[in-house]
Amino acid sequence: MLKRVLKAAAIVASASLLAVSAQAADVIKIGQVAPKSGPLAGGATVTQWPNVELWSKQVNAAGGLNVGGTKMMVEIVEYDDKTNPGEHIKAAQRLAEVDKVDFIVAPYGTGFNLAAAPIYAKYGYPQIAVSAISDKMPELTARYDNLFFTLGNTTSFTDSVIEILTDMRDAGTIGNRVAMVNVADAFGIELAEAARPKIKEAGFDIVYDKSYPLGTPDLSPIIKGAKDSKPDAFVAWSYPPDTFGLTEQAIIQDLDVKMYYTAVATCFPAFKGKFGSKIEGVFGAGGVNQGSPEIQAYFEAHKEMTGKDADAWASANTYVSLEILGQAIEGAGTLDRKAVTQYIKDNTFDTIMGPINFENQISNKYWTVGQWQDGKFRGVKSSQMDGAAPIVAKDGWN
Amino acid sequence: MDIIITGLLLGGTYALIAFGLNLQYGVARIMNLANGEFLVLGALAAFWIFVADSISPVLTMLIVAPLSFFGNWVIYKLLLRPLVRRAKNQGQLEVDSILATFGMSFALVGIMVSMHGEYFTYSYLAEPFEIVGETFALNRIVAFCFAVLIGGALWLWLYYTRPGMAMRAVSVSTEASGLVGIDVPRLSALAFALGGAVTTMGGTLISTFITLDASVGVIFTMKALIIIIMGGVGDIRGAIVAALILGLVETTVARLIDPGLTLAAAYAIFVLVLLFRPQGLFGRKPT
Repeated sequence: MLKRVLKAAAIVASASLLAVSAQAADVIKIGQVAPKSGPLAGGATVTQWPNVELWSKQVNAAGGLNVGGTKMMVEIVEYDDKTNPGEHIKAAQRLAEVDKVDFIVAPYGTGFNLAAAPIYAKYGYPQIAVSAISDKMPELTARYDNLFFTLGNTTSFTDSVIEILTDMRDAGTIGNRVAMVNVADAFGIELAEAARPKIKEAGFDIVYDKSYPLGTPDLSPIIKGAKDSKPDAFVAWSYPPDTFGLTEQAIIQDLDVKMYYTAVATCFPAFKGKFGSKIEGVFGAGGVNQGSPEIQAYFEAHKEMTGKDADAWASANTYVSLEILGQAIEGAGTLDRKAVTQYIKDNTFDTIMGPINFENQISNKYWTVGQWQDGKFRGVKSSQMDGAAPIVAKDGWN
Repeated sequence: MDIIITGLLLGGTYALIAFGLNLQYGVARIMNLANGEFLVLGALAAFWIFVADSISPVLTMLIVAPLSFFGNWVIYKLLLRPLVRRAKNQGQLEVDSILATFGMSFALVGIMVSMHGEYFTYSYLAEPFEIVGETFALNRIVAFCFAVLIGGALWLWLYYTRPGMAMRAVSVSTEASGLVGIDVPRLSALAFALGGAVTTMGGTLISTFITLDASVGVIFTMKALIIIIMGGVGDIRGAIVAALILGLVETTVARLIDPGLTLAAAYAIFVLVLLFRPQGLFGRKPT
């Protein structure tokens, strides 16, 4: 932060002394505000920050972006929003007014994308949101014509889980008894409320249906309660710390279900790091096509350039959003934000997840559910994605 | 039975969170808002060493305890002692120490984020353990045993040794204990350092069953604060009783009523204690 302030001060000072040098004009400044501390930092450090680093390094290694015949390097200006919407807005304003960045990377988290949309719209930055899942997307894109969504909506996530339940019941793997829990937070409540009537409609009995506060230190009562209800399937609309906590307790209590689903962070490398082979057959939100050579190349580059493994879901989508931004800048051949926004609306982009285009500023190509199979998190349900793996039943916690 | 044991295990966890701050606030009179960060530091050390070399967190705990003791002692001497010296009364010291340690908590979060910004999660003794036909997590039982050991040792030391008695005297009145020849500055530094070491030990144990990240410390500071205020500031028995009550109540509510109401139940008890025994369960009425 201090470095940025000094840098900004230096830029202001030099700009007042000299005319803006030709050197500075050859750089595309791209701003990024996302959490480095606070409750969402753990997720952003896996999904968001490394991809910004990877993409900018790759672009610069290739000599920069071709903007109307001039090769321009990208420079990232980043701020920590401390998982605080107020801080985010302040930093976003600073990016626009003080740093005068040319473009921005969309925020991390549904709430942050919604909270910051008016400010990014005011300055006309195309906002290609990734880590934002909501059923209000059509209303929002109608209101902000610079806002794009790429990771799907709430309904598609719950529908895919119900599809899996139905598939498994039709195959005779599970019966009708479903235990469902959720974290008592906007995300968990919205998903649970969307899922509850539909699970019943599909002919299932919800035999255990409870919520727990965010940050609950002991989740064993939940798993014990669920186990007592003798479920065939267990579905948790959970956040990262509780995804880990519930699964640890499920293993210890030997929650013997053929279908086990936890939501966010099931696809994280740390999930496998913690549980090893025990999570074989676990379902979770997200997924990738592990068979795609482009995705494999991306995973390798991610590991090599950032020193970390990508997650098997939104990491790829985040990278794709940056690919789209880069291709749109080159395609429009200008740093004019209006022209670039229009270019995103009108064109199809060639990405590591295949060709992607926007209908009413919403992309309909995304994974919804993945499953750990042979030590890899593979996409099993999606909206318009190729390469889905067939689902398998969970066979104990070994 | 299942509820009682689960509740006791959770109470043990809470006791581990609260012991350290109890010494720091009760004896050294430092309202240490960076207490939770020292807990997370212990967790980070356990995670790092476990992931790198598969070294047991219990062993890590024995390594980090003296380091944390020394670190906290230095912090007290360099950072907090000047505040104590210039404070004219307890109120002013509280305000100053809250501000200073609040700032320190940000610095610590920053350092930890730069070391490891992701979740600290690993598996250690995440195995079933049967007690009277019910299954419990072995790592929680291990943590509970250490909570009993640490709590017991602190209690024996405070109530049956001369330095312990001096420590309790300081917690009652710094002026009076100075008058009877107790070296108050030295004992305060000792209490602060010991509190820090105990908190860090708690962190290494808790990291075996709770997924932490660099920014989560403040939650533990708040929990510790509730427990020591409920139990009575500066009284180790109070902290133990309050921690066990919270653990039992939260587990009972989660199992018999609704897991969504655990926080509400915990705060309801806190409010009741504040209403009917504002000095805490074991606290002395202010004279």
